[in-house]
Amino acid sequence: MPDWLLTGILILAKLGFVFFLLLTGAAYLVLLERKLLGRMQLRYGPNRVGPFGLLQPMADAVKLITKEDFIPSQADRVLFFIAPGIAAVTALLTFAVVPFGPPITLFGRQVPLVICDLNIGVLYFLGLSSLAVYGVTLGGWASNSKYALLGSIRALAQLISYELSMGLAIVPVVLMARSFSLTDIVNAQATVPFAVLNPVAFLIFLISILAESKRTPFDLPEAENEIVAGFHTEYSGMRFGLFFLGEYINVIILSSMMTVFFLGGWHGPLLPGIVWFFIKVMLVAFFFIWTRGTLPRFRYDQLMHFGWKVLVPAALANVMITGAILLLLE
Amino acid sequence: MNLYQDIKAIVQAYWVTLRNMLRRPVTIQYPEQKRVPFERYRARIVLTRDPDGGERCVACYLCSAACPVDCISMQAAEDENGRRYAAWFRINFTRCIFCGMCTEACPTRAIQMTADYEICRRDSLSLVYEKEDLLIDGPGKEPDYNFYRHAGIGVVSPRGGNEDEKPPADVKSLLP
Repeated sequence: MPDWLLTGILILAKLGFVFFLLLTGAAYLVLLERKLLGRMQLRYGPNRVGPFGLLQPMADAVKLITKEDFIPSQADRVLFFIAPGIAAVTALLTFAVVPFGPPITLFGRQVPLVICDLNIGVLYFLGLSSLAVYGVTLGGWASNSKYALLGSIRALAQLISYELSMGLAIVPVVLMARSFSLTDIVNAQATVPFAVLNPVAFLIFLISILAESKRTPFDLPEAENEIVAGFHTEYSGMRFGLFFLGEYINVIILSSMMTVFFLGGWHGPLLPGIVWFFIKVMLVAFFFIWTRGTLPRFRYDQLMHFGWKVLVPAALANVMITGAILLLLE
Repeated sequence: MNLYQDIKAIVQAYWVTLRNMLRRPVTIQYPEQKRVPFERYRARIVLTRDPDGGERCVACYLCSAACPVDCISMQAAEDENGRRYAAWFRINFTRCIFCGMCTEACPTRAIQMTADYEICRRDSLSLVYEKEDLLIDGPGKEPDYNFYRHAGIGVVSPRGGNEDEKPPADVKSLLP
């Protein structure tokens, strides 16, 4: 077998594996969320389709695909078409830089368990999460509905505000790891995860990814009891499904980022690395769901106040202090 | 101290949801598990018979008049002995609100409510119950009551000879 063919096959296999895992993971995260929220409210959650409701994602997909695809008469059709795609694709693309396991040896060669080990992986992640705002904003704007527009304005303002503190919370991680590559960041946490070394950055990042994924207590862009469904009010069928999928893939991505930046990635005793990575991602995802079951929604001015007057100054101060300490330790 | 209170409140909230997550759900999973209704649960209406097996209903229209949604209708008739009965009796369960006013109005305890709450149908016309659907074999919740043993019975001599009747009190003996 020629060398280039083997390389191609390995890349395709990795791509297929990640793609399959991400999509089924997002589908089952929906089920997990519905189940856990149900248990928190002393209900069972979905348990009719298949054993323990395990086929519920399939039923949901069939329902979404066979539903009427409705386009409002005054909508901007082109933007209305591409907005859900942007939301889903940007979420999917981000996973390309996530290292989900230690390098393994296959057919006598080292295969790193990451699709593309970019040396500027952190910037790639930040850039794509900024691009994801376009999906939400354009979708809300193109729907020609005041609720959708209000939702997208909120999403825009909120995501930009919280991206700032999220980016600033990663800066100490980059300082400590001395690299923008996610693989190097994970390797720098081989002994102690950064969540222990820099708990302030960890907390700021945790709060920021809750806002970044538009989930409670920061789910103002789609606040049901204020603006119907926010930016996806006018979407139905699989277009809504793409927004939904994008949101849950985003939860997985942000959980993986949390794992990579602060929880030590695949490092852990006894179990193989990929299992540790999976466990950590699931723990962070559980925290997302747990928060949704616990905290009520912020008011909009509280959200902005908290973001600009608390998180950003705290993150800035944290960058300065971390930098100073690192300089002293040299 | 305000910040301390806020953080404490948030942590407590997380603890509450976590604790509830590990408790048993209160859901009754309906088609498999059915809750046992209370004894006086008000659901499907029936027409009962007296202990001798005769129809209790005397077609007095009181239930129909008491019904706030007018779902009961009937036609009175008399047999050869002059005993009144309903020629037909109809309850439209699509309109019935299960308030129980009819059972309270009934002087003969003929119309009664049962605990059978599973009366959903796809075809709403099949929820219009006629007399033969409503009439049951037993006496329902009043097993010993027979209206004609108490009403419409002539005065016997000496007084107080009827069932459930006490002889007249000797007024003079009650004097102090």
